[in-house]
Formats: sequence, structure tokens, C-alpha cells
Amino acid sequence: MRNPQLNKNGGLQHLLTIDGLPREILSTILDTAAPFSEVAEREVKKLPLLRGKSVFNLFFESSTRTRTTFEIAAKRLSADVINLNISTSSTSKGETLLDTVDNLCAMQADMFVVRHASSGAPFLIAQHLAAMGLEHIHVINAGDGRHAHPTQGLLDMYTIRHYKKTFANLVVAIVGDVLHSRVARSQIHALITLGVPEVRVIGPKTLIPTDVDKLGVRVFHDMRAGLKDVDVVMMLRLQNERMQGALLPSPQEFFKYYGLTADKLECARPDAIVMHPGPMNRGVEIDSAVADGPHAVILPQVTFGIAVRMAVMSMLAGG
Amino acid sequence: MLPDAERLCVALADSLRPGLPPDSALVGIHTGGVWVAERLHAALGLKTPLGRLDVSFYRDDFSRSGLHPQIKSSDIPFEVNDRPIIIVDDVLYTGRTIRAAMNEIFDYGRPARIDLAVLIDRGGRELPVCPRWAAQTLQVEPGRNLQLERSEAGLLTLRLIDA
Repeated sequence: MRNPQLNKNGGLQHLLTIDGLPREILSTILDTAAPFSEVAEREVKKLPLLRGKSVFNLFFESSTRTRTTFEIAAKRLSADVINLNISTSSTSKGETLLDTVDNLCAMQADMFVVRHASSGAPFLIAQHLAAMGLEHIHVINAGDGRHAHPTQGLLDMYTIRHYKKTFANLVVAIVGDVLHSRVARSQIHALITLGVPEVRVIGPKTLIPTDVDKLGVRVFHDMRAGLKDVDVVMMLRLQNERMQGALLPSPQEFFKYYGLTADKLECARPDAIVMHPGPMNRGVEIDSAVADGPHAVILPQVTFGIAVRMAVMSMLAGG
Repeated sequence: MLPDAERLCVALADSLRPGLPPDSALVGIHTGGVWVAERLHAALGLKTPLGRLDVSFYRDDFSRSGLHPQIKSSDIPFEVNDRPIIIVDDVLYTGRTIRAAMNEIFDYGRPARIDLAVLIDRGGRELPVCPRWAAQTLQVEPGRNLQLERSEAGLLTLRLIDA
């Protein structure tokens, strides 16, 4: 079976997950994002590529950064952007996801940017569009349940490449609540596909999926040991809203063992970069001194995210 | 027998030189146009740094053929407002690339004027675009591509290939 994200020419039709995408496509997205980042320096920060296209931001789960950067990316490509605040719309009156999609298709949608609490919702939409013969409509997953957040994974790769130039010879550690994190899953698939030789995950046993080593990562429960000589530290947000039961004694205890402090960061290489997908819980997974310190590249991540999302949208729209 | 590209560059520089405003800026279009613009920039001794455009984001065939796989960053390292600009390309054909280049330049500012200098004008225009300077006009049958190539030693040559 063909990868549902690819069209018959092997180009990107939808972006649903990084898992299963070939290295060439990931590299092309990163290469394509670079010239888009230059557009922000111009007097007119706009390109005509998506002129006349309608991009619908379908956010069934709240988000500020991701929704805003998708909106800016689409607007810089001259698209018309329609933000649907789902919690106040028809879904709350009982409309199904696919009925919502059908209605938006009847409004001549060209692209859906979808965030949903259920893993697989963007895939369901893509499958539905194919069944309806609406292959000119594209779907971008902006985060689905615990499954994937591919544009976050890609902007993280863009950031790493920006600071480290190459993926070869890097040691990268992903730290924190891996269990609930779609970001971590997308990062792991992207890092391994792009050839990073050593990917580590660091966290308490209760927040690391039991079979994560099958993805090709090394598991550490001791943060100092896990950070030893790493080039890139990718912090994850502690997902309080997804915690069920007693996975953690308290945020304070989590900070003591797994919060990134300047002291723990000293185990990493002196030129290590510190990343965080946001929003940060200061004093829970990261200390303010690190978040605002010289190793942090957390705000550049946000800026790069716009260029990466412009690249993805253009590649989809251009077939 | 195709003309010698290196000679054409010299001839093009000679025709640009008289009366060239000192604050003029050259903007080469990737990839061949940049090579020619580099030659002209050196030959004319211009003070304004060379600009480079990749017009992929402004092409009119995006919805048909998508994005070019290897896009370079455009680089306009000077103030565009009120400056005389000369777009430089290797081969002028339909004029669509020049239309895209002009659109892109206007997103950086409002130039005093824009002129066009090309090595070869091969005819076949589909838009009202006319070069101020063309080192040579050449009839090339439709369906064939005339392109500029650069050797490892940096030597420019013209080559005719089937499209």
C-alpha cells in the first residue's frame, strides 16, 4: 500500500506523521525552509505561492504558538486563513468530525491544518478526502493525541541543523514526559531518519513508554548520566492535563530529578543547545536560568517554525 | 556554432558602461544570471554589492509544476528604494522569469527604475518584456533549451539541449 501521505509521483500529498517518510523528503523540507526564512527580512513579508487558496485551521484542542505560527505561515504565503474555534462551533452542538470537514469542503477549502485530542484524526480526514475524490485538498497534522506533531519535529530538525550544521556524529537527548508526548515521537522518527547516530530518552520509568528502545533510542532514568556529552538537549513539557493516576509524586520532585538546571546541563558538551517546544513550565521541567541562558535556542525555534510551515504548505500545494 | 559566452560578457559590460549611474545595482537571476552578473560587477567596478534572486517563489507555473526542488535564498544586500536596478540574466526567452524577478524586487522596495541586461535574446516572448541590453540575439527553435554552463575552472559556455 502506498504511504497515504504521498501522491502517485512520490511527492507530499498530506503531512500526517514523520514515521515512514523517506530521508529525501525530510531533507527537501529542511532545504526548502531555508529560503523562506529570508522572507521575514523583507519590506513586504509575503510570497504569492498560496494566493487565492483557503487554509482552514481546525483546532479541536487549544494551542497558541502552533496555531499562530501556522496562521502567519499561511498568510505570508498569501493564503486566506480561516480559524475555527471548535469548542464554540457545531461540534459542540453534536456535528461529527467528518460532517464538519464536508461542510468546509463545500466552502472550497484547499488545506486543513488539524489539531485533535484523538490520535489519527488527521489521518481519518485524509482518508475521507481520498474516498470523496477530493485529492486537491491537503491535510497537515498540527498535533493529534499522543501520536504525532510532524511540523514541530521538522522545525526542531531545522533548528538542530542550523546550529550543528549536520546530523552525523550528534548525540541528542530527549528529556521528560515521553509517554504522553507526540512531539517526542515525531522527534525520534525524524532524528533517526536523518541519521543521528545516538538518540537518548531521559525520564522516570512511569513517563517512558516501555518499548521505546525498539525505535532505536537509548533509555536513561538518571538525568546526569543521560546528559553526558550530549550536543542537543530537547526538553519536553510535563503534560499535566494528560496525567491520569499517580505517575508522578509531585512537580517539585520531578524538577529535582528531571528539571534542567545549569548544574545538570554541565554534564552536556560545552556547546550544547537546549530546546523546548513550548509552552514551558518554568521550575518544573526547566529552570529559568537555563531557559533564558546562553545555551537556549527556544525562541529561534519559534521563528524557524514559520519558515518550516511555509515550506510544508508550499510543497503540499505545489503537488 | 554557438557564440562564446566569455566574449559576450565582455561585450555586455562594454555596452553597459557608458552613462551608468554610480549607485546602480546589479541583480543576477539564479543560476546563469548570477554568473553573468558577477562578471559584469567586476568589469564595471560597481560599489553596490551584487544582488541575487531565486524567482521560484514568484513563478507563474507554481500551481502546475510545484516548487523547484533546490531553491536558493534570494539576497538583496542594498537599499532598493530609489535605486536604479539592472536585472541580469543569461538567456531571455518568454519573459516570464523577468516578470517574476520584477515582482520580487518590488517586495524589497520601490526602485528608481529597472533595466534588463542579458547575454542572449532568443526571441519567443510571451510578455511585453524588452531588454535594454542584449549582447546577442539568436534564433533558437522552440522545444530546445539554450543554457549557460560553468566549468570547474569557472569558464562560461553556452549549450543547446533538448527540452
